[in-house]
Amino acid sequence: MGWNVAEHREPGINGPGRAARIGFGLFWIYVILYFGFIALVLFRPDILSNRPFGGVNLAIASGLGLIAAALLLSVVYMVACRMVESPGGERR
Amino acid sequence: MLYESSPVAISIFASFVLAVVGLSFWLGRKGQSAKGYYAAHGEIHWFINGIAFAGDYLSAASFLGICGMIAFHGFDGFLYSIGFLAGWIVALFVIAEPIKSLGKFTFADALDAKYNSRGIKLSVAISTLVVSIFYLIPQMVGAGDLIVPLLGLPHAVGVILVGIAVTLIVVTAGMVSTTWVQFIKGSLLVFFCGVLTSMILARGLTVNTGSLEPQTRSVTPEGRVLVDGEPQTRDHDLRPVGTLAALPARYGDATTTGPLGPLEYLSVLEDSRIVTWSGKKSTDASGTHTVYTPTERAGTDLLKPGGYFKGLTTGKLADKLDFASLMLALFCGTASLPHILIRYYTVKDAAAARKSTVVGIAAIGAFYVLTLFLGLGAMTSGALDPTSTNMAAPLLAKSFSETLFAVISAIAFTTVLGTVSGLIMAGSGAVAHDLVENVLGIPMDDAEKVRCGKIAAVGLGIVAMALGILFRSFNVSFLVGWAFNIAASANLPALVMLLFWPRTTKEGIISAVTVGMLASLTWILLSADTFEKVYGLSRDASPVPFSQPGLVTIPLGFIVLIVVSLLTKAEPKGKPA
Repeated sequence: MGWNVAEHREPGINGPGRAARIGFGLFWIYVILYFGFIALVLFRPDILSNRPFGGVNLAIASGLGLIAAALLLSVVYMVACRMVESPGGERR
Repeated sequence: MLYESSPVAISIFASFVLAVVGLSFWLGRKGQSAKGYYAAHGEIHWFINGIAFAGDYLSAASFLGICGMIAFHGFDGFLYSIGFLAGWIVALFVIAEPIKSLGKFTFADALDAKYNSRGIKLSVAISTLVVSIFYLIPQMVGAGDLIVPLLGLPHAVGVILVGIAVTLIVVTAGMVSTTWVQFIKGSLLVFFCGVLTSMILARGLTVNTGSLEPQTRSVTPEGRVLVDGEPQTRDHDLRPVGTLAALPARYGDATTTGPLGPLEYLSVLEDSRIVTWSGKKSTDASGTHTVYTPTERAGTDLLKPGGYFKGLTTGKLADKLDFASLMLALFCGTASLPHILIRYYTVKDAAAARKSTVVGIAAIGAFYVLTLFLGLGAMTSGALDPTSTNMAAPLLAKSFSETLFAVISAIAFTTVLGTVSGLIMAGSGAVAHDLVENVLGIPMDDAEKVRCGKIAAVGLGIVAMALGILFRSFNVSFLVGWAFNIAASANLPALVMLLFWPRTTKEGIISAVTVGMLASLTWILLSADTFEKVYGLSRDASPVPFSQPGLVTIPLGFIVLIVVSLLTKAEPKGKPA
């Protein structure tokens, strides 16, 4: 059973499948961050009560961090897709 | 608590509704094609679509439910925000582009692109309707909850008002007017939450010495409402609650902090002492009594996980699994919500779909950060209604000024309009395009397709109103959790496997969607939460170990799909999707 990402991309665009592979990489980064946080909430909530950043506890800091990370990764993805789809900036 | 109706709120709300309905008629003045009705001609600008994503997604549950949960239980409401936003990562990185390139009008189109099977269309159309209806219930309940303080009218009037306004919006110009209503609502919501947050920070934190006497609300067998034993009137009512008992020691004798920065606000709150209220219900011959009592707690306790999800602190495995299951469903659910998925058909290509998702994530992320401050601001505003968590955000606004209360209430109400119109639109596509045209095989020309969609929208509007009245006593974010669970269990396995596993068969998809939907639905109907809050039975009578099904039913969908696909022979390779 093979996981075939490229098969469902429309042909004709430069670098079919590469955008999807970048997306997958970024997806797994976020999966680790998100479920890592959930694991802390579940098993080590004491760590989240620490206050390393000027009085804001780790629970809130990591929540805000997860929101910021989602935005950051999505921007990275958008820029990366634009780069693989237009090598040398010749698109359009 | 009893509320006075505010003429300002009524006029702001009325002018908004008239404006959006008027806009809908204007947008729908030309004859329409099916592509126009169902997919806004695929010509919506990516930025507009991105904000409309936020307008579609940020429902009454996000605005009212999360604010209320943070205001009454602290940090745990923010966990919902984190899960709701994380779901967009799945939508953007895994689902967005394939769904854009495979489908035309509906989510069933995309799942069925490779197989052309009536069974797939039928099962997906049904799951779309089930998810949309479960999502609709909390929106309509929220509308009813808001109308009471806003216009001083009964719950049912709010539900019917929203039902009619939304049906008009959808029927006049379909996806075009739906998009614009969501765009306007999304921008207003984020903007005014920003305004409110800056006012909270400018006000800072102030010690409030309100009375800490317990309060009792009783409902007699004849239905009369008593407060502390006397009939409830405007002058004799429950006192508003939610106060700051003490500032951090470094403030000495000062009773107010003055303006605070965002991080400073959080850190001062952590070192403060806060009074929260909770109710306990009992019934005897003289009626049902709810006694509300105050608890003074350290800010550090309120700003860490475990205030609402009690299981996080008791250490019981079933409770931990329940929480993990909810967070998994929120993560997987967004990318399986039909009313979100159809928005990918309104932009012209994959690049535009991507850009609009990024705009959506930015707007939604900003909103959730603001919601944290709104919830915490409400917690210490001294304005909360102990009987209703859903009223926290509007009452917070009231603690600043009546006008702001009017504006925020009107926006909260229009929040419902935006989301409900998206849901009705998704349901209308499922009925007209998937069920009538593709499953029943009734041939329709372009104009008939549009007419059929509009008739379906009217029918769904009526169903939504009925459900909003039936389910009125629910906390709204609780119900949205159900919708996410069903969406994730029914749709996500089929969607992901279709895209990434070439040996998926149509029988595999049909059985995964059907089993995922039925299993999660059955689990929810048998859960302890439903036993307690819907049937009024004991929690212990429930046969399932925890309430949220996702942790079991999402993997179940994948397993069913793989097993059935391996058992059924793959069809000869058709045209590539």
